[in-house]
Amino acid sequence: MDLKELYRDVILDHNRHPRNFGRLESAGSGGEVLHADGHNPLCGDRLSVYVRLNGERIEDIRFEGSGCAISTASASLMTEAVKGKERAAVARLFDQVHNLLTHHDAAPGAALGKLAALSGVSEFPARVKCATLSWHTLNAALGHGAATVSTE
Amino acid sequence: MAANVSPRAARQAYDAARVRRDFPILATQVNGHPLVYLDSAASSQRPLPVLRAVEDYETHSHANVHRGVHALSQAATSAFEGARERARRFLNARSTREIIFVRGTTEAINLVAQSYARPRFAPGDEILITALEHHANIVPWQMVCEATGCTLKVAPINRRGELLYEELAQLLSPRTRLVAIAHVSNALGTVLPVKRIVEAAHAQGAVVLVDGAQAVPHSRIDVRALGADFYAFSGHKMYAPTGIGVLYGREELLAAMPPWQGGGEMILTVSFDQTTYNELPWKFEAGTPNISGAVGLAAAMDYLESLGLEAVAAHEARLLALATAELLRIPGIELVGTAAHKASVVSFTLAGVHAHDLGTILDTEGIAVRTGHHCAMPVMTFFGIPATARASFGCYNTEDDVARLVAGLGRAREVFG
Repeated sequence: MDLKELYRDVILDHNRHPRNFGRLESAGSGGEVLHADGHNPLCGDRLSVYVRLNGERIEDIRFEGSGCAISTASASLMTEAVKGKERAAVARLFDQVHNLLTHHDAAPGAALGKLAALSGVSEFPARVKCATLSWHTLNAALGHGAATVSTE
Repeated sequence: MAANVSPRAARQAYDAARVRRDFPILATQVNGHPLVYLDSAASSQRPLPVLRAVEDYETHSHANVHRGVHALSQAATSAFEGARERARRFLNARSTREIIFVRGTTEAINLVAQSYARPRFAPGDEILITALEHHANIVPWQMVCEATGCTLKVAPINRRGELLYEELAQLLSPRTRLVAIAHVSNALGTVLPVKRIVEAAHAQGAVVLVDGAQAVPHSRIDVRALGADFYAFSGHKMYAPTGIGVLYGREELLAAMPPWQGGGEMILTVSFDQTTYNELPWKFEAGTPNISGAVGLAAAMDYLESLGLEAVAAHEARLLALATAELLRIPGIELVGTAAHKASVVSFTLAGVHAHDLGTILDTEGIAVRTGHHCAMPVMTFFGIPATARASFGCYNTEDDVARLVAGLGRAREVFG
């Protein structure tokens, strides 16, 4: 197991300087903000994901919370990757990320872009949950009916 | 803990290298490095005498206990009841009727919660715990409060992780029915003044349960000297197998308590109209027990006493002092739990590196530490941190293990630049 495979420069950079970090407030013009909280009770990681949709498209996304380098960097990379994408494309991307995280021999497809930096996680099974926490939280924000998703 | 051995004498007497040879698992290579096992507070490893006792029992003596006249059943019964007598001596209990075999500390505490507390507590009654308890000594009492309407009170700790004894004493009143305290905090290493708390609680008419899970491997426990009404511990933290533990209870309390699980073994007669319960201790041991576990536990008690509990405690205290001093020299390290009286645990954070990342980095160096909230989320909340890394020491750890930990933390600082 090579630590440099797990803690690549991209991961360390996004951990130190997470992108799209913070909350999203509902805009006066009616942009509804979907929000969900994620919690990994094993390690105490907590994060919240805020999404503003324009139709099917993710117009803006932010996250906040505290966690390990893998969960913070994964959340940060995720926000960059999904911004501007349609929901269906986001679901496909999550499948590809999940495959990358859980299969040793998965070759990162071109569609993954910077997310490919997470490929080292597959060698550290105990850390897969750290990397998927933000994606599951985004799913909860997007997937739940309006009644169960808190809107601001 | 209270090891009255001069450091020089103990250093000469205690041969950790020889102790290590009793633990085959310590020869394991992890990620290309010799294993450094610093997670005994979560679960200790097993020495050969324990492994052999279990194998010998399973190979030559196994049958169900208390159920047959045939030779193996008698051999198994005598091994199991022999283990009970061994545990009685280990704790200096008056009688084997006071030694209940359970799965572990958690089951022991739940037994007392469900069988002692739940039938007799009512609204207005109070259960008093401390702010440094393991979840296993919090949640069972919350369940009792929910079922009976009694109230849970929590005695606070200070920033060093020490119990504020005076505040605990003030929370004690005639309403206090039960006080449940750790002997040693699993997350912080703090040793609690159990005897003093027992005396204060008894003065108010409360009974005291002591969670001894983290204390039994590090000190000689004398339940009569402590005065505890209930004392609970697990085998697997004191070099015995998992799935076996002991609840000690004062006989008059146990005798007055109803069984909490029904089944075979715990009865004398059963008809559809009426069932009469077995005597102590079997009244609380429904179903076929963990016989080989009890055999392993007895062997572990023999083993610990052959090393000398005081010598082990003195050795661990030296390692704790060394690790504390070495860690404090590393920039960015903050110790969590700096009580004046500690046992065998050093919990810490490293600035800029989350505990979970620290755990992974140390693991790649072959070093096993626990990371997370240590089943003590209220402790983490008190210190305002999500998690710590915790190194804990057992009879087999060495100064070299401490050096490897320090080097591993240096590696973590390198990786995170």
